[in-house]
Amino acid sequence: MKVTQQQFDKMSKKASKSTNSVKNLVGAFLIGGAICTIGQALLNFYLSVGMRQDQASTLTSVTLIFLSALLTGLNVYDNIARYGGAGTLVPITGFSNAIVSPALEFKSEGYVLGLGAKMFVIAGPVLVYGITASVLYGIIYYIIHSVVK
Amino acid sequence: MNKSGGTLILNTPPSIAGYASVVGKKEGEGPLAPYFDIACSDTTFGEKSWEKAESRMQKDAVNKALDKAGLSPSNIDYIFAGDLLNQCIGSSFGLRDLEIPFVGLFGACSTMTETLCIGSVFIESGAAQHCVCVTSSHFCSAERQFRFPLEYGGQRAPTSQWTVTGSGSVVLSASGNGPYINAVSIGKIQDLGITDMNNMGAAMAPAAASTLSQFFKDTGTQPSQFDAIITGDLGQVGSDLLIQLMANEGYDIGNNHNDCGLMIFDRKQSDVNAGGSGCGCSASVLCSYLLRKIMDRQYNNVLFMATGALMSPTSSQQGESIPGIAHLVQIKNDLTGGII
Amino acid sequence: MDYLKAFIVGGLFCLIGQIFIDKTKLTPARILVGYVVGGVILSALGLYQPLVDFAGAGASVPLSGFGHLLAKGVKEAVLTDGILGSLTGGVKAAAGGITAAIFFGFVVALIFKPGDKA
Repeated sequence: MKVTQQQFDKMSKKASKSTNSVKNLVGAFLIGGAICTIGQALLNFYLSVGMRQDQASTLTSVTLIFLSALLTGLNVYDNIARYGGAGTLVPITGFSNAIVSPALEFKSEGYVLGLGAKMFVIAGPVLVYGITASVLYGIIYYIIHSVVK
Repeated sequence: MNKSGGTLILNTPPSIAGYASVVGKKEGEGPLAPYFDIACSDTTFGEKSWEKAESRMQKDAVNKALDKAGLSPSNIDYIFAGDLLNQCIGSSFGLRDLEIPFVGLFGACSTMTETLCIGSVFIESGAAQHCVCVTSSHFCSAERQFRFPLEYGGQRAPTSQWTVTGSGSVVLSASGNGPYINAVSIGKIQDLGITDMNNMGAAMAPAAASTLSQFFKDTGTQPSQFDAIITGDLGQVGSDLLIQLMANEGYDIGNNHNDCGLMIFDRKQSDVNAGGSGCGCSASVLCSYLLRKIMDRQYNNVLFMATGALMSPTSSQQGESIPGIAHLVQIKNDLTGGII
Repeated sequence: MDYLKAFIVGGLFCLIGQIFIDKTKLTPARILVGYVVGGVILSALGLYQPLVDFAGAGASVPLSGFGHLLAKGVKEAVLTDGILGSLTGGVKAAAGGITAAIFFGFVVALIFKPGDKA
């Protein structure tokens, strides 16, 4: 072939249409904003029935997780995500969908090795790196706190 | 046969005795809908898993093709098959009851022409009187193996392609009235460093250009001497790149090139981005629309080249680029003893 | 008013994520990891709580809010239990969310089936 890797790289970048950014950005903003607004409404509601701040906050997350799980099961979530992009991925709903969708998908390989094992195949890194980061923070905070004392 | 460079020009070209295609819902609603033998709107095909559904498609495609050829499995000397699934389970489980000596092949999306190449050589050599070539792909089984669970909420890049749910099967016989497989060319792996799993067209275009230009060099022919040059699933991006790469090699294929991935879906209507892909793309389009056009003598001399991306999720995760492969067959209505 | 703030701030968090998706080669999984770790870091620096005070769910619902939750939990646990708190605090605070995802994931997967996108 008469073309080099660099030349071909240039050719393919030119031939490859890039995403319609404006449409995606608007979709992400609107749908992400809407999900957070729903979260705010839930939070206000739980506070109004007398829950503590931390309880209401947890229950808000749990409710959004439940709704997202249900929509995933009803085969609807992915249709919203087509337009929402990061708007469905970034909120806690994205985390929930990332756990439910492989569990649903790999059920055909059994409840233990399929549903059970594959549940974390997409969302696992969020837990690994989130928890690890928090542990490191804890250690640093402890050291600073002891030194300052 | 005569070997010229990388191309085998067959002295006793096998005849296509029968062919059949089985597709899913999206394909059955697309522009080629009238040409498919079976189009099922339930893509589970009544089976309990997507993999089993894919096996079912292959089985149905082979049985239908044998039916149309007036042959039964006991007449067949060898069956050549492959698919995208790990360990090609789509093929082995679909064909296990046929009791035909089985040759499993992996060429990714180039499997249709890979099987036709090997099958043709088996017949030319006298090892087989009749053989069957079959391949398949299923959107759902490919998605869950290569990309994401079906219900995962993600967006598809505009360069990405839609794996076709389809299977195509060809029965080759040592004697018959054509159309004939006149020449075959087995390609070399080509890798120009594309790492983007969402841009398979760009990854495969170099292999397509390599095999095609090699064929023209080997046979001393020009693109204009053929009625059509059809690629398997380069899609829009890959097709554009192929035309540019071939122009660099001194061959103008702009006038008679088309791509099965662009033919099988109406890209304005469906969310298929750069076009269809998968082994089933080239297979189902060949075994419906293309062979119909050839049998109706609207095309008499066609180059058909399926292309494949030889990667796995593991190689991609390890940061590897995507090597491509392309195999070519020449399908001709009238035997002249040569290429043209 | 708090609905408007939640909408705009939440929308902006997602907009940034969309820019990452469209303009970089970062995969969704890596972007999510970035958000959660980013939330931990911003929380550690004391920058995330003011955002939550201002925008409510607009800051707590995005995955960076989950990181903030982990960090807050660790901080409180370290204050009461010392170094051990760095191991227990994060998951304790996020227990509701993590367990809900697992449990609802299990139940939904039990009942439903995935569908072809055709």
